[in-house]
Amino acid sequence: MTFYQLIEDTTVKLLKFAATQLPNDVSEALKRMQEEETSPPSKAALSTIVDNFGIAEDTSTPMCQDTGIHIYYVNIGENFPKVLGIADILRKASARATKEVPLRPNAVNPIVGGNSGDNTGNHIPFINYDFIPGADYLEITAFPKGGGSENMCALGMLKPGQGIAGIKKFVIDTILNAGGQPCPPVIVGVGIGGGADIALKIGKKQLMRPLGERHPDPEIAKLEEDLLKAINMTGFGSMGLGGEVSTALDVKIDYAHRHPASLPVGVAIQCWAARRATARIYQDGRVEFLTHKEE
Amino acid sequence: MAEYHFNTPITKEDVQKLRIGDVIYVTGTVFTARDEAHERALEMAEKGESMPIDFEGLAVYHCGPVVRQVGEQWEIVAAGPTTSTRMDIFEREFIETFGVNVVIGKGGMGPRTVKAMEEFKAVYTAFVGGAAVVAAKGIKRVKEVHWLDLGTPECLWVLDVEKFGPLIVGIDSYGQSLFQNVADKAKEKLPQIGEFLGVTW
Repeated sequence: MTFYQLIEDTTVKLLKFAATQLPNDVSEALKRMQEEETSPPSKAALSTIVDNFGIAEDTSTPMCQDTGIHIYYVNIGENFPKVLGIADILRKASARATKEVPLRPNAVNPIVGGNSGDNTGNHIPFINYDFIPGADYLEITAFPKGGGSENMCALGMLKPGQGIAGIKKFVIDTILNAGGQPCPPVIVGVGIGGGADIALKIGKKQLMRPLGERHPDPEIAKLEEDLLKAINMTGFGSMGLGGEVSTALDVKIDYAHRHPASLPVGVAIQCWAARRATARIYQDGRVEFLTHKEE
Repeated sequence: MAEYHFNTPITKEDVQKLRIGDVIYVTGTVFTARDEAHERALEMAEKGESMPIDFEGLAVYHCGPVVRQVGEQWEIVAAGPTTSTRMDIFEREFIETFGVNVVIGKGGMGPRTVKAMEEFKAVYTAFVGGAAVVAAKGIKRVKEVHWLDLGTPECLWVLDVEKFGPLIVGIDSYGQSLFQNVADKAKEKLPQIGEFLGVTW
């Protein structure tokens, strides 16, 4: 097998893992939430959710019919030489997984209409590239993102004078506006500063962080905890049916330094089907799955 | 919170038994329609063209399934609900024109649809969002498929269902919305949330 084939095959596996099995941190958190929720409609919804991802995993079936628009995070070890043509490989993997898993074709031409049928199109799959200093491996994360939760994401170009209070209000207002639409319990990623695109990118990248993990900076960690508590105080609960503890699973925040004139806030919202799968591919052909177990 | 089991066709008398918070299960025929199928159906009706099937008394399901074609036959792999608010711009006309009395989706619908449901005696029911394999278990087979040119998520799937649910009544035919009640309560909590976060609205 060529190295390129290995990357393609691994990526198809990642897409299948992502669609059919929740990462452990997410499935465990949902089960805990089902125990803790006291409001009957939300508790019932959580019990259906837990049943659903259990059956999906047992039968290798996509847990949600919206198998997402295809986004990849590709982290390239600076000592890893073989990355030429990676975009083509990932495109091929998306098209192949669409047939093999199967996944729903979710790439629609926004100008003339029409579904491409294989989850590829202009700029789709979308690939985020980054480098890992000193590493000799290639790390690929498949992050298929559902449309219902994506529709509730928001960008606020706040005035710097609005400060941290303005950021808190913007996040809560975004949740109030979203209600049950993004399939709560949600994960909320907040990116602050940088610029319009940068704030949203940082916000979305937070959705990769394991649930329960706190930001190393204690002030941001406190903000994460406070906003999580405040979001759950809204009482939307699972699927917006009303619930005490199940509006959000977690809040993750990070920031970039801002322009003196700007205070951008990007809020990324992830539904309970928080699908992500990561693998490392080493030069010698070894593949290590970080989020899932290969049978 | 009462539980009801209905067979299609579901009548206006049936839906008037329901109040928000009740749970129903549907057996019979359900068809899927998202944004584009709603739009096409209404455009065709306006031109006086007939629908591929008679929608009256059936339940419309806001859903774009994952499907697999095996020979000539289609199989439903995963079929949870999509966000219903996108259909708010069509639903009043859809209910009025086609005599659909039960809408199935997720996340609730807006005041325009709530009013239409009170006026034309229909209900909105919510299936748990994303619970696509649980939903698929209640779908026995694909009876017909139409408008495949819209793509498999958007086309019209006519489904044979058995005890499809649990569906929670989110909007009843008396102008009540469970989702609006939850949203109103969330707004009432704003001062408390503000006090906790040290901000004011």
